[in-house]
Amino acid sequence: MIQADTLDKLTAAFGPLPHSEFRGQSRIVVPKESMSGVLAWLKKSGGFDLLVDVTCVDYLNYRGATDRFGLVYLLASTTTNERLTVRVFVNEPDLTVPSAVPLWEGANWFEREVYDMFGITFSGHPDLRRILLPDEFEAYPLRKDYPLQGRGERHNFPVLTRARS
Amino acid sequence: MPLEPATLTAEPARDEAQDYIWTLNFGPQHPATHTTLRIVLKLDGERVVDAVPDIGYLHSGFEKIGEHLNYNQYVTVTDRMNYISPMANNVAWHGAVERLLGLEIPKRCQYIRTILAELSRISDHLLCNGAVGLDVGAFTYFLYAFNRREDLYDIFESLCGARFTNSYTRVGGVMHDANPLFVELVRKFVRTFPKTLEDMDRLLNRNRIFIDRTKGVGVLTKEEATNRSCTGPVARGSGVTRDLRKDEPYLAYKDFDFQICCASAGDCYARYLVRMAEMRESLKIVAQAIENLPSGPVNVDIGERTAIPSKQDVYSTIEGCISHFELTMSNRGFEVPSEESYAATESPNGELGFYVVGDGSEVAWRARCRPPSYIHFAAFPHLIRGHTLSDVVAVLGSLNIIAAELDR
Repeated sequence: MIQADTLDKLTAAFGPLPHSEFRGQSRIVVPKESMSGVLAWLKKSGGFDLLVDVTCVDYLNYRGATDRFGLVYLLASTTTNERLTVRVFVNEPDLTVPSAVPLWEGANWFEREVYDMFGITFSGHPDLRRILLPDEFEAYPLRKDYPLQGRGERHNFPVLTRARS
Repeated sequence: MPLEPATLTAEPARDEAQDYIWTLNFGPQHPATHTTLRIVLKLDGERVVDAVPDIGYLHSGFEKIGEHLNYNQYVTVTDRMNYISPMANNVAWHGAVERLLGLEIPKRCQYIRTILAELSRISDHLLCNGAVGLDVGAFTYFLYAFNRREDLYDIFESLCGARFTNSYTRVGGVMHDANPLFVELVRKFVRTFPKTLEDMDRLLNRNRIFIDRTKGVGVLTKEEATNRSCTGPVARGSGVTRDLRKDEPYLAYKDFDFQICCASAGDCYARYLVRMAEMRESLKIVAQAIENLPSGPVNVDIGERTAIPSKQDVYSTIEGCISHFELTMSNRGFEVPSEESYAATESPNGELGFYVVGDGSEVAWRARCRPPSYIHFAAFPHLIRGHTLSDVVAVLGSLNIIAAELDR
């Protein structure tokens, strides 16, 4: 839950943001254009000093979905224990959003992971490259159109022999 | 498009030649890294100039699997995420699913889950602290710690038959009720464990070598800890007082009397002390919970159609028979809202949360795990810069990196 006036202040600063509640969790949807402003406001004025998680959901063929990817920023405050979920929806072909690393250093690996798994680019990230998969990998495995068993990329990689390694 | 092998066999680009800085590959299977971690260290003599963690060697792909296994089956995957304290992961996963379903579990189940979460915290901290001791040269200490893990395995075995990968929880309850042997073993553990903690304290707390190796090493300030999303003992060692057991009570934590353990130095020694103190507090919780274990059912009511009914019900009642059939057939089972929610628990290493997206089917649309080790490892290069090569193991041990948690 969040304090009641946080939303009012956000609305005053950035215009009305769609807001919903589910099982005691507050969620706001932020358009991509104003997201860096909203996140900066939430950190500096809203008191949300802890970035709990950054992740992404692929809504391909999800019932009733209007957007392809939904970024999820889970924020928390270490002093008041409030929690807030910030949603940002992005669609192909423009899968670029501003990076949150200038605000929270902890976003660094989260964003690299989202880039690695979903192919969403974070502009302004200091070191945006794949983190779990090899650099030569071309697909994004957590997208819904990527099969569970992979596409046989393994066969494209050369076998390293002991003599060469 | 398939990749061209030709582009991969070419010589990798080399850094600018610098005659005084050399590169050391630490891991993936170095004895001191415990798991498959690889760190590329840039060294100036003994001093670490920079460290580049390279992860992704396990490739379990557990988030993708979460989109293909149903809510009950996935619990076996959570065991493998942090195999040092699998019960804590079980509890976290089904806590998140129950949050999504809006399900209230019975009191007895809450107590049992609380006991298990705390026992796995002790088990995790024993291994972590023991490994720190081992890495800086205190081998006896490691044996003291590891010996008691055996008792904890006995407790888990008495409960669910498995020692290591337990998979004990279910949606809306647990696999089956706790038996008298479990209660007896827990009571015995509560009685005998303080002696071990005392011995461990005496062995290491004032040990000159240990203090010299850990004090002032890998210092993380309070602001940095929050800024880098650290939680759990790593953050509490730096003075962050956040603990979800107190701040956002879940399960039965409201009923118990315990303290949050913090230190202010933020170095390896502070993290070690926080873990030692947390084991004592966990033991307090376990002692209170086992003595006040409520009676009653462990699973939600059969009318809810979420928990798998007992065999007794399946064979003797029509309701139980239908319920069991519905829950085990594909494309049937309980109703999941097309919604998404996040539920977090205070796992031994910090905040372990699951972001679950339901789509109405029996399989999660997305099962996102927020693993503490992954976040702590990201802070590792910051902690190790300027220290010596031998401090790498001390810092790694005090962060308690589990390689399986680093993977997605």
